Amino acid sequence: MQVSTRHHADATVATLTGRIDHQTAAQLEAALAPLLAEAGANRGALVLDFAGVDYISSVGLRVLMIAAKQMREHQAQLLVAALQSVVVEIFTISRFNRILTVTPTLDDALALCSPAALAHYRGAGPATPP
Amino acid sequence: MMRARFWGTRGSLPVALTAAGVRHKLLTALRAARGRPLTTEADLERVLAGLPFADAATYGGHGPCVQLETGGFDYFVCDMGSGLRPFGHAAMAQRSGGAGQTFHIFQSHLHWDHIMGLPFFVPAFVPGNRVVIYGSHPGLEAALRRQQEPPSFPVDFSIFGAKLEFVHLEPGRAHQIAGVAVTSMLQRHGGDSYGYRFESQGKVVVYSTDSEHPLEQPEHTQRFVNFFRDADLVIFDGMYSLADAVSVKADWGHSSNIVGVELCQMAGARHLCLFHHEPVFDDAAIDAVLAETRRLEEITRGATRLRVSAAYDGLEIGL
Repeated sequence: MQVSTRHHADATVATLTGRIDHQTAAQLEAALAPLLAEAGANRGALVLDFAGVDYISSVGLRVLMIAAKQMREHQAQLLVAALQSVVVEIFTISRFNRILTVTPTLDDALALCSPAALAHYRGAGPATPP
Repeated sequence: MMRARFWGTRGSLPVALTAAGVRHKLLTALRAARGRPLTTEADLERVLAGLPFADAATYGGHGPCVQLETGGFDYFVCDMGSGLRPFGHAAMAQRSGGAGQTFHIFQSHLHWDHIMGLPFFVPAFVPGNRVVIYGSHPGLEAALRRQQEPPSFPVDFSIFGAKLEFVHLEPGRAHQIAGVAVTSMLQRHGGDSYGYRFESQGKVVVYSTDSEHPLEQPEHTQRFVNFFRDADLVIFDGMYSLADAVSVKADWGHSSNIVGVELCQMAGARHLCLFHHEPVFDDAAIDAVLAETRRLEEITRGATRLRVSAAYDGLEIGL
């Protein structure tokens, strides 16, 4: 599983790739920790781009739940965007679609973050330095 | 080990169909029958066969009680929820009420919903019968006596005519009981609970209810994978959705269908049976959980298929 990040105004997009399972969930948790801390401190938004994630297990879902809780405590936002169809099913079956903010596309997610984040994303400008 | 027979499958609190629930099922069946031939019994059966389980039947509402038919003469039972009462009646009828029966009963734990059937267990009133209650809790006998003390119940424990025995099972060790190897294992639940692994004649049944799985602890997961290893049937606490189990109902001591599928897949188990149904759920809700769990198994399947079912009062699973 791999994680790369881009900044769009007050929003950070973390692009995840691969499987999130019992072997890789701890890796995800470690990768998200600084991003959550930063977004929380700024009361900003962290968008997880799931377009490249083909599977997530219960352990991975738990990492997302803890991340969302941490963001709520700091009045920040966590959004999950662009799920593959199989992952949509896993979110539905686990009912995580009810406790996380899930959007069909990255564009939809950034629209929920802020106008500036959406404008920056749509402008396809260079990534904002963190 | 030949067969598992479910006498009570509901968690926490027994429930019953309401008048409105029965009426809904009848109306659904009548609508399905519109315009179809209804002359013969076979016609009627065809209509019923086309209905979802939730419309044609019910999951039932008795508290946890599962009988394991081992091929031997003695009875094997897991837990004494309210389902123990109909099991006791059936056992009496099966052998014409004859004395001299032995019942081996394995207690997951001592919460009310798992012990409330004992005062209504008719074979325990029959002199000459033997009821052996196994568990790994130190307070096993005291808890069962206490539920029949005033002001909780009007009939004292001493009323039982059968010989009641209490046997402590050391967790993690296989105990040979009437031809069956029985191993208990500590589970995470308020006041502790224990799962049981039954092995006989090359078949394995695991009874694992009232068990929460801390996903952040890989060693816990591995312990359960080992306990479920190559089981022919895993009877599993699938009471909550995963989202509930790790958020608002974290530390409530129960698990989810998703964790059941994952553990069984990792363990190479053959059949997952969802058990200890949420009492809030109606039949349609349990039907939906079953369909979703089967779909999850399908989209996450490895080399072998895991059969998935949802327990209902009256279900029999042959091994």
